[in-house]
Amino acid sequence: MEIDRPDGRSANQLRPLACSCSVLHRAHGSSSWAQGETKVLAAVYGPKAGTKKNENPEKASIEIIWKPKSGQIGKVEKEYEMILKKTFESICIRTIYPNTTTTVIVQVLHDDGALLPCAINAACAALVDAGIPLKHLAVAICCSVTDSGCVLLDPTKDEEEKLKAFANLVFPNAIVSVLPDRSLKVGTEPMAHGIMTSVTQGAMSGILQHFL
Amino acid sequence: MGLPNTFEDLSSEMEVDAFRRLFPLRYFERHLAESIRPDGRPLGKARETSIFLGAVSTAHGSALVKIGSTTMLAAVKMEVMSPSLESPDEGCLAVDFFMPPICSPIVRPGRPAEASPVVSKQLSDTISSSKMIDLKELSLVSGKAAWMTYLDIYCLDADGSLYDAALLSAVAALSHLQIPAVAMNDDGKIVLVSDEDGQKRAQEPVNKEKRKLTLRSIPFSLTCILHKNYILADPTAEEESIVETHLTIVLDTSGQLISLYKPGGQVLAYTSAIQDCVALTRQRVKELKSLLDKENSAMEV
Repeated sequence: MEIDRPDGRSANQLRPLACSCSVLHRAHGSSSWAQGETKVLAAVYGPKAGTKKNENPEKASIEIIWKPKSGQIGKVEKEYEMILKKTFESICIRTIYPNTTTTVIVQVLHDDGALLPCAINAACAALVDAGIPLKHLAVAICCSVTDSGCVLLDPTKDEEEKLKAFANLVFPNAIVSVLPDRSLKVGTEPMAHGIMTSVTQGAMSGILQHFL
Repeated sequence: MGLPNTFEDLSSEMEVDAFRRLFPLRYFERHLAESIRPDGRPLGKARETSIFLGAVSTAHGSALVKIGSTTMLAAVKMEVMSPSLESPDEGCLAVDFFMPPICSPIVRPGRPAEASPVVSKQLSDTISSSKMIDLKELSLVSGKAAWMTYLDIYCLDADGSLYDAALLSAVAALSHLQIPAVAMNDDGKIVLVSDEDGQKRAQEPVNKEKRKLTLRSIPFSLTCILHKNYILADPTAEEESIVETHLTIVLDTSGQLISLYKPGGQVLAYTSAIQDCVALTRQRVKELKSLLDKENSAMEV
């Protein structure tokens, strides 16, 4: 079904992506990631010795510090910090540097929709830039769902306000390797189809039938 | 058992409690291989659940919910406020989730638990996106007065599946909520009508008698943990600490998907795993709905 989007994109068209790495000199790794007008800057410091309380000292831990564009951090930012932490803990090879903490600082420069996926992409690029050992990359996308069940990718702020239901999904990247094809498949699905992180908002009426 | 069990010999010699503490993952996997969980449940079964309505007599609606030993106390308090200019004929609902140090050894006094703002945000998202409550119903006089509804949830015992228990207690407290009777006096102020001065009903009644809030479709949730190919419903705190992959599905009574929440984790969720979790959640929604209906009808008798 054709849907008119204000900026003339088709339903599954992303906004132009822009990424530059090593933009900060003092950080061990940094990147700036833009999806259209949404722009996030991420810096990685570490691994530093020691872990915080309540963390498993037998594994490397990741600390996320979310800096909003303005104002203090609230519940939303706390939730984002937790989601980023859990997501990156699942892609880092955490047994290599036990009892260390890697700090990722995420600075929002501008929010024009799809902020969380943009931040995940930025932080992932910064981790790669810092040379933190990762199992695979994390690729994040925001899908908004219209009332008729159509999916629009990478919504802008205006679209986010109009459409009430959206899902932020994170997938692993498709690994190109010399291993036999079968080892990268789980059942009938390729590995890159497995959802790593999913955060949804709003009731999605037409979506459930896909899972029945 | 097919597991590369290097601790096999050790485990047969060691005391069970010591083995459980020293090799929690191994202990856990030994159970899973037998299709049973450390607390004796089958994999897809949730713990025993109970709802007690009206636990707080001073609140307008309250509920005490237990899922296994996870205990949540939810209470609703209503106040009259003047509505905002943007939405003059809507009331307001504020959800807050607290984890006092009593609930878990991880929570230290003075410092709020990391989980509490996250659960609190999830709860208010779920309640608003399920459209369970029509905020227009909380309006008293358009542009002048509306109900400000505070929904506070206290975790008394945190033994896993906090979000499920918190959502169930929130929903139960809202279903138990009695909106107090109020009237507008001559000065245009809203005053509570108490039962004694029934004869002084000369005041313009705004909300004639106590009434219940209409809940359109009620959201219920189930958290599953994914470990290898196993799906375990309703984990305890011990299981949550061993396995990192959690998947929470919220469905409402009309069968809509309200939320699919998976913050990271080692195991990737493929369509088949999500299908299984949705099937478990549907079953759980039915159970919880009949439990809540039973409690509510018991209150009315």
